[in-house]
Amino acid sequence: MTVKLLTGNYTVAEAARLARVKVVAAFPITPQTTIVEKIAEMIEHGEMDAEMIHVESEHSALAAAYGAAAGGVRAFTATSSQGLLYMHEVVWWVAGSRIPLVMAIVTRAIGPPWNIHVSHEDIMDQRDTGWIISIAEDNQEVLDLTLQAFRISEDPRVYLPAMVGLDGFILSHTTMPVDVPSQEEVDSWLPPRSPGPYVIEPGSGVIMGNIPPDEDYMRMRKAMQTAMRNAERVIMEVEEEYYKLTGRRYGGLLECYRCSDAKYAVVLMGTWAGNAKEAADRLREKGYPVGVARIRYIRPFPSMLLREKLGGMKGVMVMDRSVSMGRGGPLFLEVAEALRSKPSMMSVIAGVGGVDVGVDDISSLVEKFIGKVEERGHVYIDEYWYGV
Amino acid sequence: MSEQEEDHLVLPVSHPSPGAMGPTGYWRNFKPVIDQEKCIKCLLCWLFCPEGTIIRHEDNSVSVDYDYCKGCGVCANECPVNAIKMVPEGEEQ
Amino acid sequence: MLVELVFHGRGGQGAVTAARLLVGAVHREGLEGQAFPHFGAERRGAPVRAYARISDRPIRIHEEVRRPDIVVVLDPDLPKLVDVTRGLKNNGVIVINSKTPVLFNGYRAYFVDATGIALELGLIVAGWPVVNTSMLGALAKATGLVSIESVMREIKEYWPGRIGEANARAAELAYSRVKKVE
Repeated sequence: MTVKLLTGNYTVAEAARLARVKVVAAFPITPQTTIVEKIAEMIEHGEMDAEMIHVESEHSALAAAYGAAAGGVRAFTATSSQGLLYMHEVVWWVAGSRIPLVMAIVTRAIGPPWNIHVSHEDIMDQRDTGWIISIAEDNQEVLDLTLQAFRISEDPRVYLPAMVGLDGFILSHTTMPVDVPSQEEVDSWLPPRSPGPYVIEPGSGVIMGNIPPDEDYMRMRKAMQTAMRNAERVIMEVEEEYYKLTGRRYGGLLECYRCSDAKYAVVLMGTWAGNAKEAADRLREKGYPVGVARIRYIRPFPSMLLREKLGGMKGVMVMDRSVSMGRGGPLFLEVAEALRSKPSMMSVIAGVGGVDVGVDDISSLVEKFIGKVEERGHVYIDEYWYGV
Repeated sequence: MSEQEEDHLVLPVSHPSPGAMGPTGYWRNFKPVIDQEKCIKCLLCWLFCPEGTIIRHEDNSVSVDYDYCKGCGVCANECPVNAIKMVPEGEEQ
Repeated sequence: MLVELVFHGRGGQGAVTAARLLVGAVHREGLEGQAFPHFGAERRGAPVRAYARISDRPIRIHEEVRRPDIVVVLDPDLPKLVDVTRGLKNNGVIVINSKTPVLFNGYRAYFVDATGIALELGLIVAGWPVVNTSMLGALAKATGLVSIESVMREIKEYWPGRIGEANARAAELAYSRVKKVE
């Protein structure tokens, strides 16, 4: 292992190199662009043995990576925001085809109005597609999640594509120390890509996606859901093995920070979880028993873990960086379902479009929430917009 | 594979074989009849047939697989020497 | 220990690179660091900001630096355009590229003629004097946050060869010439 100072995007590129990705197809979009720029540079300098396919759109980028992966090689792409929306049709194709593939999503707001900053609309919009979806807190975890995504996606019990989220700018363009394993270490842990469930190649006589009887279509959807359930176990196993290699593990689908003796918890995902942990420490100094539950995998969603770790708490505050128009904070809704709303709950929508949310913001929100619960007993605040 | 692993792997994949939908020849209203004397062995009918039911022989002469030909008439339309006639089903000589 | 810095510059002057190099230099001394740009649409010549955090523990905070301990100003004209001391803690340090002393009431101010050093060393890129590496040398002296040796080593590794040598020399000169505003 060597410690390198890397931006989040360069960390993704390092992970793709270490995973010995063979085909990369991508189209530039802020704030993703420097991932594929770096990969192109690595290929040019002979540091990475891969084919870079230049395409005219994100729809084609994922289609090309999909074709390569269906041909049996390890493929990779990356995008953000509008680019992810433009490739959305192919996102469904890849998952429905059960093709192992990894894609980095640098989270960014969706226009109009034009906005290039961090927001979770783009990644939350992918929840129903059948992709495994993870999201990192810091650059180290970007590396760890990306490497693990290949193992999880290619596991015969799963065979589903995987997205790895990292927050636009606040990770993608932030330089931090990252412990990077050597090629030998990664090779000892990540085998060459398996052929996958089937390989499309000349002479193999395979038709993919032909019209099946309706019952078979429904059976395939059910099978994907079963594969997602299998992925919960595979994610844990892969993380344990990775821990033996690197000494790092985070808790699988959900990371719990100071939750065991907490009566209140903040639930959120992505980079601002670091701010929430800092806020929890400061609140504890004031006597508030607060913990942080960080969602690491949006799909499969950690419903059971949430129930187990947070079900007995007095209050749970969920912070969303996006909104499901006409309904509310999407993460809040999923957490509320998982907890059957037994604890007091509060939905906070904040930080949308890159609005800066710091430690002080989170601790004041938690303090207010605790105040309400202590004053009124059980509360259920289903929507609170902070910052506007 | 365990039963559960089979449950999670229902794949949208099929392997092409003749007549997966059963014999489709009975869908036909008109059938193509080839006049072997006019045929110049250009193979356009063989190339254009959407169902692969023009059989190409070793000497590049062609015949029709009537078990699967749906009678669309593309072959007759493409034939440059009018060697293929579409004849109402049951009225051929 | 947590030290937070804001670098004020103009697009193209290398404020972001200065923050990145500082983190590399302190990392050589066993400290953790984080460097990031102000997230906006940066344009050449327009006022820009970059941030750095330095700590003896892993840094998990990700927010804009709102209350910096140290401010570095890469361009002598910037104080006319932006409030460079905004949020700066009482008695905080400000290091500015200027030929003459500039007084900032309530703060410990330092100045160095980084533009002059760049001209002296022929450090000019696309018509712009390179001032960011000099300012790091000045910062090292004014604050004692990092040694000049680590700064120079980091610069030389970041740009191997002649460019790194010249920039490291600029940092060294600024280290020896920076003065406190009395």
